[in-house]
Amino acid sequence: MSELKRIIPCLDVDNGRVVKGTNFVDIRDAGDPVELAERYDAEGADELVFLDITASHEGRDTIVDLARRTAENVFIPFTIGGGIRSVEDARAVLGAGADKVAVNSAALKRPELLGELAEVFGSQCVVIAIDAKREDDGSYGVYLNGGRVATGRDAIQWATEATRLGAGEVLLTSMDRDGTNIGYELELTRAVARATDVPVIASGGAGDLGHLVDAIREGEADAVLCASIFHYGHYTVGQAKEHMAMHEIPVRV
Amino acid sequence: MTPDFPDVAPGPRIAVLDYGMGNLRSVEKALERVGASPAVTSDEEQIAAADGLILPGVGAFPKAMKRIRELELDRMLNDAVARQVPVLGICLGLQLLFESSIEQGGAQGLGLLEGDVVEVPAGGRKVPHIGWAEVTWEKPDQLTNGLRPGEPFYFVHSFVVRPSGDELIGSATYGSSFACAAGRDKVWGVQFHPEKSSSAGLRMLTNFKEICS
Repeated sequence: MSELKRIIPCLDVDNGRVVKGTNFVDIRDAGDPVELAERYDAEGADELVFLDITASHEGRDTIVDLARRTAENVFIPFTIGGGIRSVEDARAVLGAGADKVAVNSAALKRPELLGELAEVFGSQCVVIAIDAKREDDGSYGVYLNGGRVATGRDAIQWATEATRLGAGEVLLTSMDRDGTNIGYELELTRAVARATDVPVIASGGAGDLGHLVDAIREGEADAVLCASIFHYGHYTVGQAKEHMAMHEIPVRV
Repeated sequence: MTPDFPDVAPGPRIAVLDYGMGNLRSVEKALERVGASPAVTSDEEQIAAADGLILPGVGAFPKAMKRIRELELDRMLNDAVARQVPVLGICLGLQLLFESSIEQGGAQGLGLLEGDVVEVPAGGRKVPHIGWAEVTWEKPDQLTNGLRPGEPFYFVHSFVVRPSGDELIGSATYGSSFACAAGRDKVWGVQFHPEKSSSAGLRMLTNFKEICS
């Protein structure tokens, strides 16, 4: 029996509210991340990722509150990313009921953070989030601030280093594909999946259900992250799973 | 309407044993969701008054046993078992119910179930084993009432139990087959996390709540 591939809806959260609007007719409050999360759990999502994009420092407490309310209502694993800069930041959201933390810019500034988190909580709790963009020479660079700031690092090398330092999973977002709906960046995903020995979550570009199959089959990803195709009600998680099962990808049903 | 009384009778009191290892909040909230009255505690009076006990845990076996002994939770667990109070171990909590583990040089366990704890037989796959895996039920049991054959549950673990008696209730496969649910009399344990296994996990916790009622 091969391992079950995962479908992970992702919610961008600003000051405790879902950023991208949704058009679910049967949701009372489309801005409430917990209500959306409950819906995804009921539809069969395997995990959830919340990415906190709150800019203000004061707003950060809302993410701990979000973790707390999610744990009261959602009974699948969930990851919190955005603004995790220290063991204490991680302790707050994990203690509130989150299963993993995703770190991005803080790990680029201080890679030792990954080892510190892994030592205290175990590498299964530590996700390295990487925003990658294709360079002119065909390599993939690591970017910050939504793809605006180049770090000079190579995405595949950084994924390898981050997992060696303690990250137990890679959340790999193609900044070229994010928001395009034209499909995942398969070459990048496959390169990172082959270079690391931890699960890789493909992110950025899903526009239809065939893209999810491609990410697993050709991208060799262990999981697919999706935002808009579920938020806007184009597809349900259940439909995505049926489609994957039809293409002989083992999924939880 | 009789506003003086709650709509629903309070559920069975389930003590979630707190020895400082692992996040217990998710277990507590899942128990509330299925209508139990949980308390995260290491207090002897609360544990003695409970209708059921849950032994959770994340981390290393030897350190967990040390903490359990320091807090005398081993004695309280033995007392509860002697009084036929139901016990459910989750993840490391399942492993602690057995006689011994090889983890980190080895340690003695609680010995409430017969068998030992060894590394997950992953056959070269990544360890820890993290993710959803389908569970095969080896025999009918109150704890698994209403669960489908092959129902997936969520796992995060590096070690597995090897029951030596007839305690085996369920098994899963990661590389090769391993025991993931075991029980005898009123003592049960599961390797997976029912509190993170969506509706299937809540169904199992409902079954445990009913066993405690």
